[in-house]
Amino acid sequence: MSTWLRNSRGASLSLAAFGLLVAGVALAVFWVPNDADQGFSQRIFYLHVPVALTSYACFGWAAWKALRLLQTRDQRYDLESYTAVHMGVIFGALTLATGSIWAKISWGRWWVWSERQLVLFLILFLFYSAYFMLRYSTEPGPRRANMSAVYALFGVALIPVSFLAIRLAESFIHPVVFNRHGPQMAGSMFLTFCVCLAGTLALAAALYQNELTGKRLDARLRALREALA
Amino acid sequence: MARPLITARELEKRFGDKRVLRGIDLDLAEGQTLVVTGPNGSGKSTLLSLLAGLLAPTAGELEVRASRAEIGYLAHEPLVYRELTAFENLDLYGRLYRVPERRERIGMLFERFRLWDARHERVGSFSRGMAQRLALCRTLLHEPRLLLLDEPYGGLDAAGTSLLDAELAELATERTLVVATHEPERLAAATPSVKLAL
Amino acid sequence: MTAYASDVAALTRKDLLLELRSRDTLPSLLLFVVSALVVFHFALPASSSRLAAGGLLWVAIVFTALLALGRAFVAERAERVLDGLVLAPCDRSAIWLAKGISVAVFLAVAEAIAVPAFALFFAPVTWAMIGAIALADVGIAAVGTLLAAMAAASRARELLLPLLFLPPVIPLVVGGVGATVAEDPGRYLAFLALYDLLFAILSWASFEYVVTE
Repeated sequence: MSTWLRNSRGASLSLAAFGLLVAGVALAVFWVPNDADQGFSQRIFYLHVPVALTSYACFGWAAWKALRLLQTRDQRYDLESYTAVHMGVIFGALTLATGSIWAKISWGRWWVWSERQLVLFLILFLFYSAYFMLRYSTEPGPRRANMSAVYALFGVALIPVSFLAIRLAESFIHPVVFNRHGPQMAGSMFLTFCVCLAGTLALAAALYQNELTGKRLDARLRALREALA
Repeated sequence: MARPLITARELEKRFGDKRVLRGIDLDLAEGQTLVVTGPNGSGKSTLLSLLAGLLAPTAGELEVRASRAEIGYLAHEPLVYRELTAFENLDLYGRLYRVPERRERIGMLFERFRLWDARHERVGSFSRGMAQRLALCRTLLHEPRLLLLDEPYGGLDAAGTSLLDAELAELATERTLVVATHEPERLAAATPSVKLAL
Repeated sequence: MTAYASDVAALTRKDLLLELRSRDTLPSLLLFVVSALVVFHFALPASSSRLAAGGLLWVAIVFTALLALGRAFVAERAERVLDGLVLAPCDRSAIWLAKGISVAVFLAVAEAIAVPAFALFFAPVTWAMIGAIALADVGIAAVGTLLAAMAAASRARELLLPLLFLPPVIPLVVGGVGATVAEDPGRYLAFLALYDLLFAILSWASFEYVVTE
């Protein structure tokens, strides 16, 4: 009974995510009016920005769990922090992909250095990918957990600093040729955006819960095997 | 009754999937001597690393009521810089452990362990026995309350062994000792109060 | 002198003494940085501005720093001396600070050769550049020392350190190159100082966790 209850959290999250995303995409494609400046292609914004925000949320969650690990030295936070970083990287990759599509549609090139968010995500993607390299090449245990936690905390500190750096770099790297207005959020647009954001957050939470449960089961299984041996 | 210096309950240490220590229960009062025996790979070094505070237990409880300044740890490696001289190494540790009258103490230890002539030589040029004696000097430098010795006789020749016998005999009466060895017969001098076989 | 300061002094003295004895890191750094500058000359097409050369100086600095950091904990890892230092009653952050200071010193020596070489090969050097280099050194030493300790604890340390080091160093490169080429270097120098402050504090506070369980 108790496993069903635990699983049902994952199940209900998945259901919510599915529902919200389907609704959100439908709203974005069919209901919302065209953006005045950019036309139909702008609609990818409704997916791109929620995915980006969800990625930030995942990294923030990972940093919080990392902080808890360092405070309490309770090893279960390690798994939670790691899974959150994993989600963050997945959504980060999605951000880069959707951003790249948007760039291609808007400006005809798959990559533009003038897009601050995109460049920031590139840096973050590299940073958190190195997180996995760090974990992969260190023996599992409290040391690895500690180092991963410190690294995850550095990551969130790096976010605003990198953003500032990118802004500063613009004046000598790449003059801001393209002027992108954030879309004026008419009521219907805002609603669609919120539905999509809720959907991506729910999706991240569902995937997080799923992976965490799976990894915890793995650990339990291994512990049982050890005890029997 | 004073609280024991070391208390362990159901102590367990795992490295990844491999469980090295399991179900260790221990009570060691101040002034006692604990001898940890077992074949190579049984987890003696791991237990000493846990007691020193270098490793954290995977499960169970461990309490060592001695601060870092009061613990002397002799590891498998001498924990000294090969490119520095014996004196420079001990001088560094002496500063870090805030040893009073550092130079005199170092000199005295060098004399006792017959390293005085080699004190200004690079540790990299030392023989295994000399390195072990230097490691013993490092361990005893700050007159620790609790001594954790992992295979203290490793690499010593006959002269070094008798030196260490005398030293341990004296230390066992004054301080708390934990000695890990796979040859407990050698520890004739220090009569163990507590034995633990892994 | 406070206990902390004397710990840091003892450890820094040890690091500088080690380098004086073995003399392997510094000469390699000097040779590397000059070789890199020569390679950059051949890598720059004829019509490149001197601004491009300014940028490449920073590439040279970053990769020289990588070399220096790769060597930073080698002595501690051999013979597991780091365990001995960690067991000492001193604050573990003192180990970080001492190591960071020695890394910064090595970098400064390498730059003392690199900057004149740059002026010789490419373009004159401004005071803003020197200020930026000094500030960036602090940031590189602070973050790099922490990351080097992490890499040292892992299996693939030479491979891992560049992966860990390069993303966080990007803001430093931006600040440095900005101060080198922009008309108003003040903003970039301020940014470098901000980075240094933030990451030095973070590294100082978290080093303890990187070397203990």
